[in-house]
Amino acid sequence: MSRIPTSALIGLVFTSAYFLAALFAPLIAPYELGAIVGDVWEPMSSEHWLGTDGIGRDLLSRMIHGGRTTIFVASAATILSFTLGSTLALTAVVVGGWVDMLLSRFIDLIMSIPTLIFSLVVLSVVPVTLPVLILVMGLLDTTRVYRLARAVAQDVNVMDYVEAARLRGEGTRWIVFREILPNTLSPLVAELGLRFIFMVLFVSTLSFLGLGIQPPAADWGGIVKENKEGIVYGIPAALVPAFAIASLAISVNLVADWVLSRTTSLKGGR
Amino acid sequence: MSFLVVKLVSQRIALGLMLLLAASALIFVGTQMLPGDVAQTILGQTATPEALANLRAELGLNEPALSRYFSWLGNALQGDLGTALTNGKDIAESLSGRLGNTLFLAACAAVVSIPLAIILGLLAVRFRNRWPDKMISAVTLATISVPEFILGYLVMYLVAVKLRWLPSVSIVRPEMDFLDRIEAIAMPVIVLTFVVLAHMMRMTRAAILNVMESAYIETAELKGLSAFRVIASHAMPNAIAPIVNVVMLNLAYLIVGVVVVEVVFVYPGMGQYLVDHVSKRDVPVVQAAGLIFAAVYIVLNTTADIIAILANPRLRHPK
Repeated sequence: MSRIPTSALIGLVFTSAYFLAALFAPLIAPYELGAIVGDVWEPMSSEHWLGTDGIGRDLLSRMIHGGRTTIFVASAATILSFTLGSTLALTAVVVGGWVDMLLSRFIDLIMSIPTLIFSLVVLSVVPVTLPVLILVMGLLDTTRVYRLARAVAQDVNVMDYVEAARLRGEGTRWIVFREILPNTLSPLVAELGLRFIFMVLFVSTLSFLGLGIQPPAADWGGIVKENKEGIVYGIPAALVPAFAIASLAISVNLVADWVLSRTTSLKGGR
Repeated sequence: MSFLVVKLVSQRIALGLMLLLAASALIFVGTQMLPGDVAQTILGQTATPEALANLRAELGLNEPALSRYFSWLGNALQGDLGTALTNGKDIAESLSGRLGNTLFLAACAAVVSIPLAIILGLLAVRFRNRWPDKMISAVTLATISVPEFILGYLVMYLVAVKLRWLPSVSIVRPEMDFLDRIEAIAMPVIVLTFVVLAHMMRMTRAAILNVMESAYIETAELKGLSAFRVIASHAMPNAIAPIVNVVMLNLAYLIVGVVVVEVVFVYPGMGQYLVDHVSKRDVPVVQAAGLIFAAVYIVLNTTADIIAILANPRLRHPK
């Protein structure tokens, strides 16, 4: 294990802090998610560390519960896009021919429409629930994972040991999961962090637009939306979730950068 | 202009048109392929059967999907985007003014951000691996980690609330003159500039660094030219093609950033119109606005590819 650079260490500490807070949210949050416990937009105090929101709920508690929702949705969507995207890409590369051609052209087509616009189009007709949200976000992001995984897998697919496995008479499933997947994993893991950030930003943006997590559930983007009126009166409550989103994104980015630089040699300097 | 260039460009244009057609089908399918009934989703569970039947007739849901798609596309090509469900107004009419506002905002952001990005990219190359370069990449990391709406509120909090330089919303009325308009959109332009600046600068830096590896750059350095001279008059001309490509791709990105920024600053553009009608489940408006956004995006991407073809001297002067 080589020495971890300072920036990556900071990133790791913050990232794990956010994930632990999300995991144990009900235990550490001082108040219930919807409990009205104070006056409207109270400033920070020893009782309410981050003050209260527009209708007198404790902001710190809402941030912790909201962070749980944000991180859960983003993780679930990332897992979906990764599993689907890399499986499709590896299968396309191994099978080749018209399957590869058809899949790749279809992915190109979906990517020709901006992700946010396409998700808005779909969300205009479906009931916005948690599973639907995860599904829409995950499926749309599958395109990005597919592109990367296909590019990496193509390099691996022409290696001698893959050829050897083919000559041995191994099936497609073996070649995909035993030969190619282990050798494409490191660049994909580095990409995982970046996709996760993208998902956090995506779900926050949707919630901010009122099309993501629906009240009474809360998430960071939604908390910005609830408190945006305060900005005009100089009340910075809306900037608290903003800070959380930004610091989570930056710390995951720092970790991903480190993983990427560690695996660059494995990827042939891509 | 050689035959090869003409062939490549016309192929790219044909591909762009095909993508546009396929994108329109995808947008249409995106609003149709749902498990439930669109009319039911729009009106909710409590809707009366009569209201459902009326809405189905109004949306043309009783006809087969294929014929609905072709009549929608045919009308859209003639500039008839249908009428909004929520207020019965003509969509094309409501859209045209807003499209103008959005393009004005995006154009202003482009005018500010493109020269800035190129200059900063040049600076980053000139002081490569020294503090200006490192500072620029740190700021870049920070801005790509922050979503557009948060940048928007940060700028609003600082500029409008703390410093009180500008009003906190960007209201644009038709009777306003040019200078008033510029003042009204100053904050959204700042935010959009931040949004695209990082990407554009990073890619500019990479494009110039790529050229800097060439042998003729070393020759120029060995001739004793100053570092800026080498970058500006030797590296730059050869980096123009990739940079133009970068700019085009970021303009396409700008078009999406506009959606969120317009909502933050209550700017009467296409993005706000789209988001408004998504929550009202006004399907015809969403389809129309989605189609226009997709079209602008595809046109910009196609233009980027065509410029790349045209700027490639190897294609212009084939052996």
